[in-house]
Amino acid sequence: MNGRRPFVLYTAMAFGYAFLYLPIVAVIVYSFNESRMVTVWGGFSTKWYGELFQNQQILDAAQRSLLIATVTASLAVVFGTLAGLALARFGRFRGRGTLGLLTSAPLVMPEVILGLSSLLLFVSLQGLIGWPERRGLTTITIAHITFCICYVTVIVRSRLVQMDHALEEAAMDLGARPWKVFFVITLPLIAPALVAGWLLAFTLSLDDLVVASFTSGPGSSTLPMLIYSKVKLGVTPEINALATIIIVLIAIAVTLAGVVMHRNATQANNR
Amino acid sequence: MNNARKPGYAEPWQDPAEEPFVRIEGVTKTYGKVYAVDDVSLDVFRGEFFSLLGGSGCGKSTLLRVLAGFEVPDRGRVLIDGIDMTRVPPYLRPVNMMFQSYALFPHMTVADNVAFGLKQDGLPKAAIADRVSQMLDLVRLSGLEKRKPDQLSGGQRQRVALARALARQPKLLLLDEPLGALDKKLREHTQFELVNIQERVGTTFIMVTHDQEEAMTMSSRIAVMDAGQIVQVSTPSHLYEYPATRFVASFIGAVNIINATVLSQDGDRVLARAHDLGIDVVARSGTPVPAGIDIGIAIRPEKIDVAEEAPTRADNVIDGKVVEIAYLGDVSIYHVETASGATLRVQETHAARSADPHYNWGDRLYLVWNAADAAVLTS
Repeated sequence: MNGRRPFVLYTAMAFGYAFLYLPIVAVIVYSFNESRMVTVWGGFSTKWYGELFQNQQILDAAQRSLLIATVTASLAVVFGTLAGLALARFGRFRGRGTLGLLTSAPLVMPEVILGLSSLLLFVSLQGLIGWPERRGLTTITIAHITFCICYVTVIVRSRLVQMDHALEEAAMDLGARPWKVFFVITLPLIAPALVAGWLLAFTLSLDDLVVASFTSGPGSSTLPMLIYSKVKLGVTPEINALATIIIVLIAIAVTLAGVVMHRNATQANNR
Repeated sequence: MNNARKPGYAEPWQDPAEEPFVRIEGVTKTYGKVYAVDDVSLDVFRGEFFSLLGGSGCGKSTLLRVLAGFEVPDRGRVLIDGIDMTRVPPYLRPVNMMFQSYALFPHMTVADNVAFGLKQDGLPKAAIADRVSQMLDLVRLSGLEKRKPDQLSGGQRQRVALARALARQPKLLLLDEPLGALDKKLREHTQFELVNIQERVGTTFIMVTHDQEEAMTMSSRIAVMDAGQIVQVSTPSHLYEYPATRFVASFIGAVNIINATVLSQDGDRVLARAHDLGIDVVARSGTPVPAGIDIGIAIRPEKIDVAEEAPTRADNVIDGKVVEIAYLGDVSIYHVETASGATLRVQETHAARSADPHYNWGDRLYLVWNAADAAVLTS
């Protein structure tokens, strides 16, 4: 090994990181900017955070987004787990291939198409059965659940495939009925995957702009929608402050997920 | 071949009045077009340590899973203690299984693992605690109650799995390659321990293994399986000395199989022409074999005597020269090539201490064996 190679590699790595994270660092730094001018540094201040929490419009949007994300993540975990279970444990039932394909297709489907097709579905449903009466939190949540299920399914399925099926058979052999086996053996052992799936679904829902834009109605703007509309009128330092808070929240969530998955992996290796 | 069973062990399969405890009747299980188990019938008696022996894919594991209730056979019935269990789900069978991977619940302690089945049965707490400590005593794991499976050695995990499977006092215990994951030294020790435990608890054991030595050491009887069918069911010694087919003869222990054509039969003595050896040989057969058919004559390496001078009276003699020598400490194995180019494997026991080999490469030897020690194989 000569000395040049690490240098080249480190430079490339530095550029990579800079490209990825400098804009985010800039947002965080300027959220503490005294000046109203986004590009001019006017000294340190936390006043934009204060103003942010005075802004009812932003707070409402944040609350809506958190509510949607929580409901989405919870229901997506339930449905995703069921789908993952069916794919990993129910043998070769009729339609298994189709189910596997359909649950992974939205992972690669452009968001615009997901959003548009959800909108078309809701509109035609309204015409057919009168529900949903108008678009709002419910329709956004349903659309979010739809694509978040796929992520949860993939995570849960891969965890189940890793897990020794003999564990469930052993429990059944020892007298536990199938439902009992699921709750006493399967669920505790895939819990890390459920946590990871929940966090991922929560994050995806929280920062989705495209699908929400298609499926929202009047008075149901989510946080990303609000930020996007504000940015169109020029970035204000308030948005920087809000972005900083979101970045911190997501960083915490991702770290948590990472820790959980890591523990999960070490446990699996120890066995 | 040493056997861990004590002499005088009852042989219920010899007694026509004895009811079989586990009865497998014409069980067939297919996966697609593949016959995993093909019309297998088998009786296992109360208190037996029965082994299903065969190579991978012979159907032994599928048969075990049919007994456990994880697979429902396409045809046939399974009766345990006189009750038809063919379609009874695993959680309602009086049967427990020890899995090859042990399948210990990683999120539970040793005590909780052993207690799992008892809790499903709804036993009172005190009774469960008693039974758990009794079981851990039995497998010599007392004091490790609070450990998690990943804090145990392979041998300890194996014993937890055994304790857990025995805790509910099943009528029948199934063991799927119970010693497969242990290293050689531990395996030998565990073989005897497992037999001891089985004799103490008196439960009927059915074990699946691909290891013929393991099956020989531990079992009361062995069913040799091949391609989804049972080839022969017998005691270890009977299987070794009286194999029914070439497959059984070569699967269990080392053997020379001589291809021959029957010339004549006089009582139980069969005279046959061994083409490969270029001589006529005499072997024993309990059943009549018509002249002209092709047979295999199985002769174990240790049943062939080695002599430097041609013996005057012997059933079978052939000379040859030593081409391979393997010194194994207790025995030496010689490969002797005959004038016709065939090679026979001969085993000599080292009864007296000597560091020098009896015979050397290229030595001319006479190989001698009795007709009674050679088995006639018609299939």
